[in-house]
Amino acid sequence: MKKVFINSIGAITSQKTFDNSEFLNEIVNYSTTNISVVNPNYKAYLDAGSARRMAKGIKMGVVASKVALEEAGLESVDAVITGSGMGCVIESERFVAKIIDNNEEFLTPTSFIQSTHNTVGGQIALGIQCKGYNFTYVHSSSSFETALLDAQLQLELDEATNILVGGVDELGPHMIKVHGLIDHIKQEQTIDNLNILSSKTVGAVFSEGASFIVLSNAKQESTYAELIDVAIYNTLGLTRVETKLYEFLKQNNYTVNDIDAVVLGNNGDVNFDEYFNKLSEGVFANTQQVVYKHLIGEYKTASAFGVWLGAKMLKTQQMPDCIKLNDKAPSALNTILIYNQYRGDNHTFVMLRKC
Amino acid sequence: MSKSVAITGMGIISAIGNNVEENYLSLINGKKGISKISKIDTIHKDCIMVGEIAYTNADLEKSLDLPADHNYSRSSLLGAFAAKQAVENAGITNMAKYRSGLISASTVGGMDMTEKYFYDYIENPTNRKYIDGHHLGDGTQKIAKLLGIEESFVSTISTACSSAANAIIIGSRLIKSGKLDRVVVGGTDCLSKFTINGFKTLMILSDTYNTPFDDARKGLNLGEAAAYLVLESDEIVKAENRKVLAYVKGYGNTNDAFHQTASSENGDGATAAMEKTLRVANLAPKDVDYINAHGTATPNNDLSEGRAIIRVFGEEVPPFSSTKAYTGHTLAAAGGVEAIYAVLALQNNVIFPNLNFKNKMKEFSITPETSLIKKELNTVLSNSLGFGGNCTSVLFSKKP
Repeated sequence: MKKVFINSIGAITSQKTFDNSEFLNEIVNYSTTNISVVNPNYKAYLDAGSARRMAKGIKMGVVASKVALEEAGLESVDAVITGSGMGCVIESERFVAKIIDNNEEFLTPTSFIQSTHNTVGGQIALGIQCKGYNFTYVHSSSSFETALLDAQLQLELDEATNILVGGVDELGPHMIKVHGLIDHIKQEQTIDNLNILSSKTVGAVFSEGASFIVLSNAKQESTYAELIDVAIYNTLGLTRVETKLYEFLKQNNYTVNDIDAVVLGNNGDVNFDEYFNKLSEGVFANTQQVVYKHLIGEYKTASAFGVWLGAKMLKTQQMPDCIKLNDKAPSALNTILIYNQYRGDNHTFVMLRKC
Repeated sequence: MSKSVAITGMGIISAIGNNVEENYLSLINGKKGISKISKIDTIHKDCIMVGEIAYTNADLEKSLDLPADHNYSRSSLLGAFAAKQAVENAGITNMAKYRSGLISASTVGGMDMTEKYFYDYIENPTNRKYIDGHHLGDGTQKIAKLLGIEESFVSTISTACSSAANAIIIGSRLIKSGKLDRVVVGGTDCLSKFTINGFKTLMILSDTYNTPFDDARKGLNLGEAAAYLVLESDEIVKAENRKVLAYVKGYGNTNDAFHQTASSENGDGATAAMEKTLRVANLAPKDVDYINAHGTATPNNDLSEGRAIIRVFGEEVPPFSSTKAYTGHTLAAAGGVEAIYAVLALQNNVIFPNLNFKNKMKEFSITPETSLIKKELNTVLSNSLGFGGNCTSVLFSKKP
């Protein structure tokens, strides 16, 4: 079986992450419970017509994938595999509202066409003329990891050489409204985002973003890290997280002591952060803990940025202070584990190793 | 690692039947399930026809024995109903005995409830339980729970009209790679105002019975369905002494990379998907005994797909037909529905007629089968082509 490498990255998030020469150099703090992305200059990547026409999610996905392709030195890839927990919600909402408001009359196809969940993957393939394998996974917080696992299987078996893998989700006004009504979004009027992980209140800060990587079975100059393995569990009880972690490590011939840093998906929801606390207060109490959702918020493919962080840390051997949850930094970073779940379901482990 | 991927169970609910047997009887008796829409109050009800399932949500809730406060959308109800059938059909009594996963496909998800309560949610707390049921993964999580699939690999695919066929591909690859021993795969989509109006704006809905591969075809009829198959490894088949219904022998997924909604004129993506499938199956075009075509009856699809079939099979195009005239186009479920029809064709050695066909298309000379044909079949190729350029073929066979 072939080894699998992360050869490049590209992320558009609520922090300025699209420039790969930087590593969280300037941090933006937000004071609302729904936040948008720091937009790159889309026109630098897209022609003016596309930049205007494309829905937000498509634009973010296409540009994040362009950043990744450019860094990997590729024009195209063998496959495009996308994860999106909510799909293109902005255009979906717009189409539903128009159906209701106009009683099914005077509709145009634009919103419908841009609303389908595979639009981003389709548009990326169209843009780079990739006629190969094209999948879109839409399974809540494991959407990105499923895409990663799918690519890993193909690369290990040498069915492909370069695969573009990414996660993208956008935030729509109706989605914000209704998720506030059911307390999935925090109720605070103003909030200090950099401190939300200790908020002790229910719900999360909702956001959006796109994060793409080129995964390959050929190591090159630009390589960030080796992907060791991915594991996905639809359900896990609170007491089962550690058990599954040990199983995952054992399958890959690793022990807890081999993990130099653990990237956790805490979002400050007092009802569900206990899964992360279970590990940070238990098996990883003496391990360097890294968090990121206080910087980029919560969306169903937010953990793609967790993988971005892992890759970036392994390549640069740096760990900005703003992502440290504790202070146990090892002298060298060789192995990083990324763990995420959302509202107690769809748990994922991703393990990366320095090249 | 498993060398082959066995299909050991099937479950389906569609406009032509509430189980596999009923679907088969409708197929061989030429009984279509296309009618005027009755369950959705749409202004288009007099100018479209659909493949609607007879069961109401209340019927399905009762059959699934759900508590009153459940938050299943219709897609989830249909999916749960069909997936349970598939697992029962395979004779699975202990899901946890083997590493079991679920891959379900959908494009509609909880949209039926979202469009119903879109503004009501804000005013009225009564139906807010459906808010979290909007995203496509929600129904899959529910089905996994009902089937007893826990702490395992569960995912949802949404690649428009090729979604369930792609679920079969990833399920097969998980078994072949040894990641899982058993995967329940398929898809579910209910009718909704969202899809009706979406396809309406694209002007590809027919106002009468859809007529796949007919020169005078006017467009598609939307349909609703859920269909699931149980895929198992060689090891389970042997250990449990399973009756194998058929095998997934090959598959191919490509992208047309041509247009967001339309297929390329010469079906580049579909051609590549079929060729890839034959390569994976290690078979030649002449080894294909029947093609269950995507055949949606839109002007664009049938021309593009027909040309792709000719490109792959040349002078000797095997018998082909589309079963969309029976069920309507069931979107994400279509690849699952037609996978089951492919297996039924293999089991019974029959080719199902392409209903409503009258006029040969002027662009080429091939025509679909229009009557029920009895013929020894060893392999059936099933095509699923979708928006976003997604093209998928799957080859089913009697032998591993």
